Amino acid sequence: MHELEFLLAILVATLRAATPLMLSGFGELITERSGVLNLGVEGMMLVGAVFGFIGAVSTGSLLAGFILAMLAGAALALVFGVLTLSLMANQVATGLALTIFGTGFSALVGVSWVGTPIAGLATAIWPHLSSAPPVLQQLMLLDPVVWVAVLVPFAAHRFIYRSRAGLVLRAVGESHDVAHALGYSVLRIRYLAVMFGGAMSGLAGAYLSLCYTPTWTENMVAGRGWIALALVVFATWKPAWLALGALLFGFVTIAQFQAEGLGIDISPNLLAMLPYLATVVVLVLISRDATRLKLNAPAALGRPFHATA
Amino acid sequence: MRISLQARARPARAMVWLSPLLAAVLSVIGVSILFALLGRNPLVALDTLFIAPLQSSEGLAELALKATPLLLCAIGIAIGCRAEVWNIGAEGQFTLGAITGGGAALVLGGGGQWWVLPVVVLAGIAGGMAWAAIPALLKTRFNAHEILTTLMLSYVAIQLLGYLVHGPWKDPEGYSFPQTRQFAPDTLLPLLIEGTRLHVGVLLALLTVPLGSILLGRTMIGFRIRTVGAAPGAARYAGFSRERVVWICLLLSGGLAGLAGIFEVAGPDGQLTPVISPGYGFAAIIVAFLGRLNPFGILFASLLMALIYLGGEGLQVSLQLPIAVTGTVQGMLLFFLLAADVLINYRVRLLPARRVPAGDARHA
Repeated sequence: MHELEFLLAILVATLRAATPLMLSGFGELITERSGVLNLGVEGMMLVGAVFGFIGAVSTGSLLAGFILAMLAGAALALVFGVLTLSLMANQVATGLALTIFGTGFSALVGVSWVGTPIAGLATAIWPHLSSAPPVLQQLMLLDPVVWVAVLVPFAAHRFIYRSRAGLVLRAVGESHDVAHALGYSVLRIRYLAVMFGGAMSGLAGAYLSLCYTPTWTENMVAGRGWIALALVVFATWKPAWLALGALLFGFVTIAQFQAEGLGIDISPNLLAMLPYLATVVVLVLISRDATRLKLNAPAALGRPFHATA
Repeated sequence: MRISLQARARPARAMVWLSPLLAAVLSVIGVSILFALLGRNPLVALDTLFIAPLQSSEGLAELALKATPLLLCAIGIAIGCRAEVWNIGAEGQFTLGAITGGGAALVLGGGGQWWVLPVVVLAGIAGGMAWAAIPALLKTRFNAHEILTTLMLSYVAIQLLGYLVHGPWKDPEGYSFPQTRQFAPDTLLPLLIEGTRLHVGVLLALLTVPLGSILLGRTMIGFRIRTVGAAPGAARYAGFSRERVVWICLLLSGGLAGLAGIFEVAGPDGQLTPVISPGYGFAAIIVAFLGRLNPFGILFASLLMALIYLGGEGLQVSLQLPIAVTGTVQGMLLFFLLAADVLINYRVRLLPARRVPAGDARHA
């Protein structure tokens, strides 16, 4: 029975660790499917985390926090959109700028909120969480945002492959000139995709500050945004693979938890390296086959569009 | 009326250098608004940020000290960017340089031999190069994109430093603080001016400006680097090996970042601690762009960025603003720069409103 409890705890912890990767990764997947590479996921997640936290604490409503986080993420993504889509700035450089700015700005905005206590989403829904029996407690930890993340790959698959809007999105990402010639507004679709990606990153950030931790500390996203970016490549831009990758990384992220459970004594610093090393290994494995990567990547990824007619 | 961007026949050369100035002016305006929103007098805050640090000799020495790692990292990053090799993991190579150089200082220091300091510095360079060699190998052998690998390795390097100073390298007499022993005096960089923290590394860093410029503009290697970046097809036709350029760019920028790392710990710090950089490796990316990927431009950009670091510390002390103001201002500067850069290739035209022709099919 004890082993079963431990397994359940690992499963729940994996799902919870995978949730922010799934949400922001899916947002970025949609953005990239429209042909735009936004490297600012980390920055948008941080801004989402801090605004979600501030929104929830100051209104007393977690829902308000999540909404504010999504708006903040989308607003930052809009800045990215103006620079790269309307002003045709380099997408790589602008994405980096977004992360640098987001890191500084979130720390600046959140400075007086560090250490403020907040009841996480699971505790808010189940006030008796801490006194519940262990198995029930684990199930209670699976809050609604986790369930949203579980549903995301299915919804994404339907949207991308089975809907008209998804078809248009892919068309814009594969060949913006053709999509433009067909009468679609390339820029408008890309703006929407970029802002959707920002909102999802904001939600993922708020999940960290309102459910996962739940607290606000400077730089708390700790590279998860970059891991999400790597996951999109790993997934070769397919939602199902993204889900698998997120679970895999969720599992690696909680290595510390497993080590403790199994009674292994190893430096937390060394364990903290694992997700990053795993990202590198996975990137290497997936990138070896250059042809496969090229065939699956949106053909217009990273290329600016300037309508001449 | 609507605003339209029209492609220029050729890039406007003047805009290449006017755009950073425009970005700086826009940033000052943006920062002023930010300060007003934070409830501080913008004029006082601007004075603290940009003017006050320059008004004492200590301030100028600290400025040069902070510009040094930015300059070294940014020159390496810029050389890579010229070849479209994106090394954004300078922070990690900086950290590794500090680890290997610092390790050498801990092992070899104390005997007073003349060769110890050069070995320490070389160990720092080697550490940075080794850390950058990993993404180079993964890129050339396995096609793994260097943006993600260099960045991921930065996080690994920072954790490695944390592991060392919390574990095997921890000072047994350090009252359980996570830090190493103080380096022996013979492993520290000699000071240039007594009474300041200015060390000889600053001069060596300055030397990389003309050297970088010569490398890029006057050598075959530089020509290959620029060709691979600007015209990959032509480079392939000319038989320039892209793999070789990737290796050169990453080793060079890794070595320079490693040098910056060992300068930092064998200079002002004098020991290894869990946090040795306030994000120099990342800020150097902004410096490289602001300096137009040109070594002389980067010199000025690194001074400006160092001023923002220094002024940010001043704001923390005198106006109780969080140190995160620094990152916000730096990010803002890069945003405005990227926006202003559109004027290099496009001109802004005001046109009368477009009439939508009848029957224009528009779907969402």
